[in-house]
Amino acid sequence: MKLKISINPKNISLFVTIALFVIMFGGGSIFFYGFFSLQNFLNLFIDNSYLLILAVGMTFVIISGGIDLSVGSVLALSTMMSSFLLEKAHWSPFAVIPMVLLIGALFGFCMGYIIHTFELPPFIITLAGLYLARGLCYVISIDTIGITDPFWKGAANIKIPMGNSFISPSVVIALFVVLAGLFVSRSTKFGRTVFAIGGNEHSAMLMGLPVARSKIMIYSLSSFCAALAGIVFTFYTLSGYALNGKNMEMDAIATVVIGGTLLTGGVGGLLGTVFGVLVYGTIQILIVFQGTLNGWWTRIAIGFLVFVFCLLQSVFESRQGRKQVKISAK
Amino acid sequence: MVDLTAFTKKKIFWPLVALGVLMLFNLFFTPNFFRLEIKDGHLYGNLIDIIKNAAPIMLMAIGLTLVIATKGIDISVGSIVAISAGVVAMMIGSGTTPQFPFAVAIGAALLVSVLAGAWNGMLVSRLGMQPIIATLILLVAGRGIAMVTTNAMIIWLYARPFAIIGQGYFLGLPFSIYIVAVLLFITTVVTRRTALGLFIESVGINRTAARFTGINAKNILLGVYMFSAFAAGMAGIVVCSTVMSADGNNAGDGYEMSAILAVVLGGTSLNGGKFYLYGSMVGALIVQTLTTTIYAFGVPPEISKIVIAAVVICVSLLQSRKFRSLFMQMFGKRAVQE
Repeated sequence: MKLKISINPKNISLFVTIALFVIMFGGGSIFFYGFFSLQNFLNLFIDNSYLLILAVGMTFVIISGGIDLSVGSVLALSTMMSSFLLEKAHWSPFAVIPMVLLIGALFGFCMGYIIHTFELPPFIITLAGLYLARGLCYVISIDTIGITDPFWKGAANIKIPMGNSFISPSVVIALFVVLAGLFVSRSTKFGRTVFAIGGNEHSAMLMGLPVARSKIMIYSLSSFCAALAGIVFTFYTLSGYALNGKNMEMDAIATVVIGGTLLTGGVGGLLGTVFGVLVYGTIQILIVFQGTLNGWWTRIAIGFLVFVFCLLQSVFESRQGRKQVKISAK
Repeated sequence: MVDLTAFTKKKIFWPLVALGVLMLFNLFFTPNFFRLEIKDGHLYGNLIDIIKNAAPIMLMAIGLTLVIATKGIDISVGSIVAISAGVVAMMIGSGTTPQFPFAVAIGAALLVSVLAGAWNGMLVSRLGMQPIIATLILLVAGRGIAMVTTNAMIIWLYARPFAIIGQGYFLGLPFSIYIVAVLLFITTVVTRRTALGLFIESVGINRTAARFTGINAKNILLGVYMFSAFAAGMAGIVVCSTVMSADGNNAGDGYEMSAILAVVLGGTSLNGGKFYLYGSMVGALIVQTLTTTIYAFGVPPEISKIVIAAVVICVSLLQSRKFRSLFMQMFGKRAVQE
């Protein structure tokens, strides 16, 4: 009997990411005492829940062939708006959350509208978004605003038991966002259209797909995720500060790339992104456990991983390209 | 007589108009904006400050202009500024006398920068990575490298002669502006008096076609990224000398965006092709004048980001063919109705 394991070539980078995570987490477990525990694994989700949410939105943008540089600033704006509305305007938390999410989505809507209508590069328009959102933070307040609202404090302190370990409500929100994202990207017309636009926008248009609407929706979704990530971030820090999430857009992009999504668009998936975030978190814990290296090595390691994955993808792409040439030569 | 209509058709015309409008605004609304004083044998005033503060952005913009002309982008320049500042500060040390001669320290910083640029260039030209992702790697890792170089501390420098580069004056003007002038002059001569500029533009317009005409597109790409990093390295030295310290975390932070903005304001399109070095310089002055104006108004400097965002959106709308045709349509229709 022949046992043949076949892997769809499209999934290779996903498997590489998963393998990388298993090796890194396993390596840490072997080398460091107390590394291997359920709680340590769950901490990856607890400490990176906001990044996971950001990365979900970013995955959609990158699959469509675009980029969103504004997410870190929108996250900061969301923390500022939440804390301001709660503490200075004394709104009810149940009014604050929908309001912040709505403003976030609207912000993305405007960017998407400009990008699509005037055929401008997403890089530049979301860069303007980056500056705008960051500037608006300072309009709200230059200082940190602490949050004392009981609902928020509850969300920050509740521990949901999982055996002997626990997770936070933020993890539940993040996992819900991932599941919703998976459903949207795989089983809806919108999800299919995102892939089609990333593959070839012109073809997508000729196929009669709603490119305009989808593109605007992609950026709205990304900013919505960023606003939600901001709320989750305030669950984590219980304060709003205009410098929150500085350069976080680069972390989000890096995790998406490590997750195997191609920056040229059309190829990728959310499952890879989840593992990309886990890899990112594991590097951080490894450096903490190692003890002697300073935290800045995280950035070097992330940069290196982005390089390795890009290299892998370009090698893989050129091999595929050669195959196609061979077929046509026959 | 000077041919004015020909001048208005030049690409540098509109950036100059924008700068002029900004200056005019300041003439009316900012008291003493144009006042120049002579103190200690050199000029003082807002205008001098603008030139002095714009110098690092101008240096970076010279390099970035060539990169953008090849339809590329280099978002790692801010991190390279931090690395270069870190290296030069480590070499000089915190003593009142430098550990290594200044020339050696500066040379080492520039060498490290060029190596960083070679890395970017290899990724783009040999591995065929998208420029934004290739330089993203160094943007993410570079700040980490700068922090590791300086042991995650801010290094203060006390070797006074080094301060000349960023704080000194020569013939009444800031010394740093002469560095900009020299680099600009050399770049202009090399790109405009030889065919190199044409080669760079042709790679940006159509890389394949350029290759078929016998241009070594790969080496041109490698070269422009190395040059951009070199220029960013010089900016790093100027920044380090201005504040006499190296802060791996904050040195050059966000500079890549200001420099890209300067290049785009100056008329070089992000789609590659024709480039305008003088335009980029005017662009850098616009960015700096905007910031200074906002400071002069007593607005918190952070809010200046909103103004910059508005400028970015306006400029990109003006560059959009779709927007212009829409605008013309509206204009045209009204004319017909009347």
